Amino acid sequence: MTILEIVAFTLIKIVIILSLMLFTVSYLVYFERRVSAWIQNRLGPNRVGWQGILQPFADVFKLLLKEDIVPEKANKKLHAIAPIIALFVAFSTYAVIPFGPELQIFNYKIPLVVADVNIGILFVLALTSLGVYAITFAGWSSGSKYSLLGGIRSSAQMISYEISMGFSIGGVLLFAESLRPIAIVESQSGWMWNAIVQPIGFITFLVSAFAETNRLPFDLPEAEPELVGGFHTEYSSMKFAAFFLAEYANMIIAAGLIVTLYLGGWQIPYIDKLGLPSLVETLLQVGAFVFKLIAVLFFFLWIRWSLPRFRYDQLMNIGWKVMFPLSLLNIIWVAILIMIFN
Amino acid sequence: MSLELILSIVFGGICAVTALLVITRINPVISALFLVVNFASLAGLYLILNAQFIAIAQIIVYAGAIMVFFLFVIMLLNPESEKKFFSHKPYIKIFTVVIVAIVFVQIIYMIFLAQPSEELIKESAKSVNAGTIEQIGRELFTNYVLPFEAAGYLLLAATIGALVIAKKKFE
Repeated sequence: MTILEIVAFTLIKIVIILSLMLFTVSYLVYFERRVSAWIQNRLGPNRVGWQGILQPFADVFKLLLKEDIVPEKANKKLHAIAPIIALFVAFSTYAVIPFGPELQIFNYKIPLVVADVNIGILFVLALTSLGVYAITFAGWSSGSKYSLLGGIRSSAQMISYEISMGFSIGGVLLFAESLRPIAIVESQSGWMWNAIVQPIGFITFLVSAFAETNRLPFDLPEAEPELVGGFHTEYSSMKFAAFFLAEYANMIIAAGLIVTLYLGGWQIPYIDKLGLPSLVETLLQVGAFVFKLIAVLFFFLWIRWSLPRFRYDQLMNIGWKVMFPLSLLNIIWVAILIMIFN
Repeated sequence: MSLELILSIVFGGICAVTALLVITRINPVISALFLVVNFASLAGLYLILNAQFIAIAQIIVYAGAIMVFFLFVIMLLNPESEKKFFSHKPYIKIFTVVIVAIVFVQIIYMIFLAQPSEELIKESAKSVNAGTIEQIGRELFTNYVLPFEAAGYLLLAATIGALVIAKKKFE
């Protein structure tokens, strides 16, 4: 492929992924409201369009038309920059998550990932560590005590859980012997999914992912009964919507990471034995990735509407005294496995 | 102009401008924000030099971890007296300018006037691929395994020290 073709294909992939992300995020909100209603034996939004299917559009128009209020004591520039950082981090992380194997079409081999870089997993970690700033700045620049407390809580929480997240990824990297997400998926061929091989690492990563995305039971940064809305108390209109979008985009990324690192990515076990034409096989595998993604997202929603919130000291205790030692244990377990079977 | 040159000028420019903004802003939180941007553009420069691991480590460690703690402290303490630091002690300003000028002249001399030896040029030509993560990992666990382990012990000692300081009384 010439450089021009590579650039063209990459741009096409970026456009497709960005629009798909925006679409999925808005329907994830709808999905969450319907699922929560179903779990709590209510109806949920069902008025706009058939079964409320147009609800996301109605919500977005409502938010666009609302007045944008900036508090008097706020630092105006930072107050505006914070939601932009949140959206930037949330949407650019997806660049390294592969959603399918190589697509062979008209003599072209297109890898189904925007950027196949050899430090992919570190790139994800770097961007999530930058995501802390959005919340910290939002909390500080609002000039409100609730926001500041929410922002500080969240940075403490995200830093604490980043550690067990990083160590759980360490186990995966030991197996894959690479930091490339594609190589990690390929190392889990057949039923050698990391969730089965290293269940402790899977659980610690899952819990840390919940904490990193500020989802219940770890949503202390915005705990409504204590902090009104936490870091986004003073945000309204589209700026609030930007934080909302970023939260759901982060959920999709967390789910994508869980699928890539622990659930075998796009792979369907033993599909190559069936001898299907390569295009069909590729499309089936992309479908498998989407199916796994939706399953994990449903799990996220299910947990949110089933478990109560932790207290702050419980949150820190779980992070440092349970999850961190468990993720270290997982690394030792993986090292022993590699010693025995290599 | 090659792409590398254009990118180096862009990232270098951002780096220099944000570095200036860090020391000229009065509000420490804004300074911290520009320092983060500065670290990010430095990471961009490392990427151009083919040192991906250092670039990412720069963002994870400096921008992601250390600066968050800095911000934490700044936000919690809200240092008002620091804003008037220079107007109270003007002699520190002169002292700072002299030291920075000496360092600046040293750097300019090293870059433009000093003649690098043949040996050095050969060595630096070899190090083009030294920044990839595979290369760094191999070097760390073969040639530099002793300093690597020593750094590990140092970190362990620091962790234990932090525990001792944080724990108020021993039972």
